[in-house]
Amino acid sequence: MMHSLKQIFPRNDVIAFAILAVILAVVFPLTMDIFRLNLVGKYLTYAFVALGLVLCWGYGGILSLGQGIFFGLGGYCMAMFLKLEASSPENTAIQSTPGIPDFMDWNQLTELPWFWEPFHSLPFTLFAVIAVPTVFAFFIGVAMFKRRVGGVYFAIITQAIAAILTILIIGQQGYTGGVNGITDLRTFLGWDIRTDSAKYLLYFVNLVLLFVCLAIAQFVRKNKLGRILVAMRVREERVRFSGYDVSNFKIFVFCIGAMFSAIGGAMFTLQVGFMSPTFVGIVPSIEMVILCAVGGRLSIFGAIYGALLVNFAKTSFSETFPELWLFAMGALFISVVLFFPNGLASLYQQYVLPWVQAKFKRQPKAIATEQKAKTEVKSASQKTDDDDDSASLIAGARYEN
Amino acid sequence: MFADYSASELTAIFAMQGFAGLILFSVLVLMALGLAIIFGQMGVINMAHGEFMILGAYITYLTSNIFAEYMPSLFVGYFFVAMILAFGVTFLLGMAVEWGLIRFLYKRPLDTLLATWGLSLILQQLYRTIFGAREVGVSLPDWMMGSYALTDIIEVPINGIFVMVLTLVIALSVYWLMYKSGWGRQVRAVVQNRPMASAVGINTEKVDRITFGLGCGIAGIAGSAFTMIGSTGPTSGQLYIVDTFLVVVFGGAQSLLGTIASAFSISQAQSTMEFFLSGSMAKVLTLLFVVGILMLRPQGLFAMKIRH
Repeated sequence: MMHSLKQIFPRNDVIAFAILAVILAVVFPLTMDIFRLNLVGKYLTYAFVALGLVLCWGYGGILSLGQGIFFGLGGYCMAMFLKLEASSPENTAIQSTPGIPDFMDWNQLTELPWFWEPFHSLPFTLFAVIAVPTVFAFFIGVAMFKRRVGGVYFAIITQAIAAILTILIIGQQGYTGGVNGITDLRTFLGWDIRTDSAKYLLYFVNLVLLFVCLAIAQFVRKNKLGRILVAMRVREERVRFSGYDVSNFKIFVFCIGAMFSAIGGAMFTLQVGFMSPTFVGIVPSIEMVILCAVGGRLSIFGAIYGALLVNFAKTSFSETFPELWLFAMGALFISVVLFFPNGLASLYQQYVLPWVQAKFKRQPKAIATEQKAKTEVKSASQKTDDDDDSASLIAGARYEN
Repeated sequence: MFADYSASELTAIFAMQGFAGLILFSVLVLMALGLAIIFGQMGVINMAHGEFMILGAYITYLTSNIFAEYMPSLFVGYFFVAMILAFGVTFLLGMAVEWGLIRFLYKRPLDTLLATWGLSLILQQLYRTIFGAREVGVSLPDWMMGSYALTDIIEVPINGIFVMVLTLVIALSVYWLMYKSGWGRQVRAVVQNRPMASAVGINTEKVDRITFGLGCGIAGIAGSAFTMIGSTGPTSGQLYIVDTFLVVVFGGAQSLLGTIASAFSISQAQSTMEFFLSGSMAKVLTLLFVVGILMLRPQGLFAMKIRH
């Protein structure tokens, strides 16, 4: 079964890709100074996580409250490489053991722990950034989904794992840098990452990676895989009885989510210049879910706009009224869940899209009315039992087979 | 790691650490009982449970201050008044939250998780605005201070004994309420078959609201008890929420007995290991152990055998 590019990237989505690309690659760099642009770069690293959550949670119905684990693992892998480079024997000559990271010296370690050794090599580091979190996610996924643990239990257990990892990182100061994390990162293969030009370059590298991930997500979404994911979310038993191994699909999409988060984490370390357990634990992991929920849990573009908007709001609130931020964040959680379960994306589809279509008259009238009819049918079918929905989805997936 | 201690010292260490574990166990049980009612019976994930507990703790703090200021002669008994107030306020707040938030989300359990997380953020900031970011502690009346010497080297603190007795009383009354009273029968009927329960004339909405309120009220009492062994800050609740959820899930969500058994094993494992390892490693090992067992046995220790 082959999909043509046109099926995977229908015109509407190509336009959405283009708009996003123009905003991120042209408008922001031209209108912002490097400090603000670097902040946007930081927000976009969270967008990777939100994008993974759209696939996992929005499509697959698997709510992971532990995406911070993978964000952190990716970030820490990159930070270990950078830290080793920053603590060359010349740079650390004043320490009692030169050549090891400063926090190890403070904690009376006299040699590099074995698991730090491979991070001298860049190819290994790049491999580890992707592989460590993905393999970890694979093990969690196999252990949970093969035993049909899902829903709420999965959420609680991923949350517990995030808590364990945070306590472990904080407790093992000598190996991990403790609460402060791994700080004071300077160069990447001799290239100073703290200069403005480096920040510009890293911003664009980040963008390219984000669009690669977006393309992967779009591919998953528009493929048979995406349909099975939705069917699985709506009526898992039916998919199982139709002959699909539900757990394998769940493991797969969870691993993809972990991989996206890890890439985000590594880019975070590069752009911000440190990594710490505050990006691993329970609180950041849940905040990442709200980024996805605000954007719209079923919209890959929404996830990115959601990540940008929430973080913009967070920064400006914390600059002006720090004490109000938690109120605003709490209200955001509640109102998104109660009033806009599908986030900004649904608002866009309900109000903005019809207006745009009417204004520009891009499509001939016939198609426009056909679309209107479609949306009416859709809203009508939402009212009926979701059984029919999943049945037709599975039938569709079968048909394509 | 045992080599440096003599046999009698080891016995004393295990006895005292075991007792410290029992106090931790009591607070965990009180928190988990409330959660087990809400999560086990209603299927609602209340991430704000820790904040309800802290509300109880702050009410106890306020009551102790009021008594110390205006009624110093009655100070010896303030704790009982504080407990009743803590229960009452958290019970009412719980019912209000159920009415305003939870009842719209019964069909979307994952969404209740996010919404109650939002609620917990709001409550935390509220506590910070009202009580300040600093941790507060209550002063205990004289009879609760000091410790009782069991043998020459084994001593047990009196407030610990009090917390344990309190836990026992609450646990027994919850058991009576859920399994012996008419109201408990209604709750269990609604859990097992909502349409049928409603058809025989049970007001399911009211049952839901009171059940949620009761779970929150027990959290409030847990907060009261918590003030006796630790100080209270705006984010103290968040520290316990994951442990509490693990206790409930580990015990088997719908079994009160399982909840108590799992709280016992988790708290004992942690406090015994704490003496020999660092606190953080003890916690990591305990949590890993629990998560490991949950992966092997997802239904928890005491799963109810019912068909869905």
